[in-house]
Amino acid sequence: MSKLKNTFSSSLGKKLIMALTGLFLCTFLVVHLIGNLQLFKADGGKAFNDYAYFMTHFTPIKVVSYLLYTSIIVHALYALMLTLANRKARPVSYGAYAGSANSPWTSRNMGILGTVLLVFIVVHMSNFWYEYHWGKVPFVEYRTDLTTGQTTQTELAAADFKDYVKYIDNGVEITRAKDLYATTAFAFQTWWLVALYVLGMAALSFHLIHGFSSAFQTLGWDHKKYVPLIKMIGIWGFGVLIPLAFAAMPLYFFFCI
Amino acid sequence: MLSHIQTVNSKLTTANCIHMSGNMNLTLKVWRQPNNDTKGSFVNYPAQNISPDMSFLEMLDVVNEDLVKKGEDPIHFDHDCREGICGMCSLHINGRPHGPKQAITTCQLHMRSFKDDQTITIEPWRATAFPVIKDLAVDRSAFDRIQRAGGFISVNTGGVPDANAIAIPKPVADEAFNSATCIGCGACVAACKNASAMLFVSAKVSQMALLPQGQPERYKRVQAMVAQMDEEGFGSCTNTGACEAECPKEIKITNIARMNRDFFTAKFFKQEEA
Ligand code: HEM
Ligand code: SF4
Ligand code: FES
Repeated sequence: MSKLKNTFSSSLGKKLIMALTGLFLCTFLVVHLIGNLQLFKADGGKAFNDYAYFMTHFTPIKVVSYLLYTSIIVHALYALMLTLANRKARPVSYGAYAGSANSPWTSRNMGILGTVLLVFIVVHMSNFWYEYHWGKVPFVEYRTDLTTGQTTQTELAAADFKDYVKYIDNGVEITRAKDLYATTAFAFQTWWLVALYVLGMAALSFHLIHGFSSAFQTLGWDHKKYVPLIKMIGIWGFGVLIPLAFAAMPLYFFFCI
Repeated sequence: MLSHIQTVNSKLTTANCIHMSGNMNLTLKVWRQPNNDTKGSFVNYPAQNISPDMSFLEMLDVVNEDLVKKGEDPIHFDHDCREGICGMCSLHINGRPHGPKQAITTCQLHMRSFKDDQTITIEPWRATAFPVIKDLAVDRSAFDRIQRAGGFISVNTGGVPDANAIAIPKPVADEAFNSATCIGCGACVAACKNASAMLFVSAKVSQMALLPQGQPERYKRVQAMVAQMDEEGFGSCTNTGACEAECPKEIKITNIARMNRDFFTAKFFKQEEA
């Protein structure tokens, strides 16, 4: 036990925690993105609302989500600890410092980018996670005719809604759910919220362009074939594709809906 | 060789240069600090009639000769071999350790790398673990203590072993040799925004971890050296790569990956040897 303690109190041990929590957050991003792609389905939000219910009520996912919240907190705490220790390691700063001559901008600004991300995460959780659990999310009923595939939807009064249900009655599939889709569509009519989300995704992009491959370096990978692959995934997958896809969501609601 | 001759003849060279055309006039913005307990500040000095063929240290010699003549305190800076092998010279020049060129030390930097009339900012390596001795000279004994913590192998001295008695694949030998070229100058610490010593320590860990002779103490060594590194107050690595870019011996950050791997192996997978 004392061995573990001195492992994680060493600078390398702290870096290991940063890398593992960071990579765990990265895997979550992929899952979160795939789920959120349901927003682009032109079905009045049915698939998205089903997905939101599943994510909040399926036990294994709930367990993972608590792991996720813990990871965010631990990642941010260790980032703060390491950043403070690094400041202490150079109390008098250089009069001239040409950082751009020897290192990429992203790598020198992980703390700032992470702070923007933290603000984003707090705003994002209060917009949707808090609203979905305890806020005022409207209710919706979908009726899908299983022979024609036609879906109609009606808003439900709070009094008429008990719990999420899905059942088939006379060849019609009836779904009653919390309408998080409507909450989302409504939230993204506000221009500054859209701007904040796009900014958050820009920070995510820059954080991961460095962070993803950096985590593998911290873990000790230096393979000739795989490291270039990791760098590619880090830049194009986590640095470009994923943030772009996320940023497309608020923009889609603002401009297209 | 050239720099050798120039060093020996530096007085002569400067004397000869006075009337030569193409010489430069520069302004030096130099960090002066009496000791680690006193606050330092920048002081400007003119450097006149400087030959572009001088090394940076020779240029400072000229400025110092002037200061001594005027009865002023000369600028203190570290140096020894003046041919890029000892690691003694330092200096953060215009925001970069060892100046604007890649893969050289300050003693190998020539004044032709600067422009006439340029202002050159000269600072010491800045790190808690490298306290200022005076002006531009810093105490790098933290590196010695890290080495003493584990940067060695314990062997019996005895008869000379047969050549090639221990087989070492060529790529491994090359890699170990590359790691061993670290001269302990501290430019990696100076360049790093976190003042991290990871490149130095990982080079010293690697040169032995790669070779058969280094195996018996491999996992003990990495833990001891990392512990000493932390103890000295160096920052932690954020993989910016600044160290690799500024290292005069082009030590690669793959050494850092290797050290991390060995450290985590020791801590998590190798109970019996650790
Ligand atoms: C809560 C807000 C966050 C803060 C304050 C933060 C801060 C930091 C800092 C300071 C580093 C160290 C820089 C480095 O080692 O190069 C880092 C690394 C990293 N972060 Fe974050 N971050 C945050 C959120 C995230 C998120 C949401 C993700 C992923 C989706 C993430 C992924 C990573 C990765 C992969 C690393 C690299 C770990 C390593 O270099 O070993 N971070 N973060
Ligand atoms: S790793 Fe390079 S920069 Fe660092 S001490 Fe060794 S030679 Fe100098
Ligand atoms: S004085 Fe020896 S390396 Fe520069």
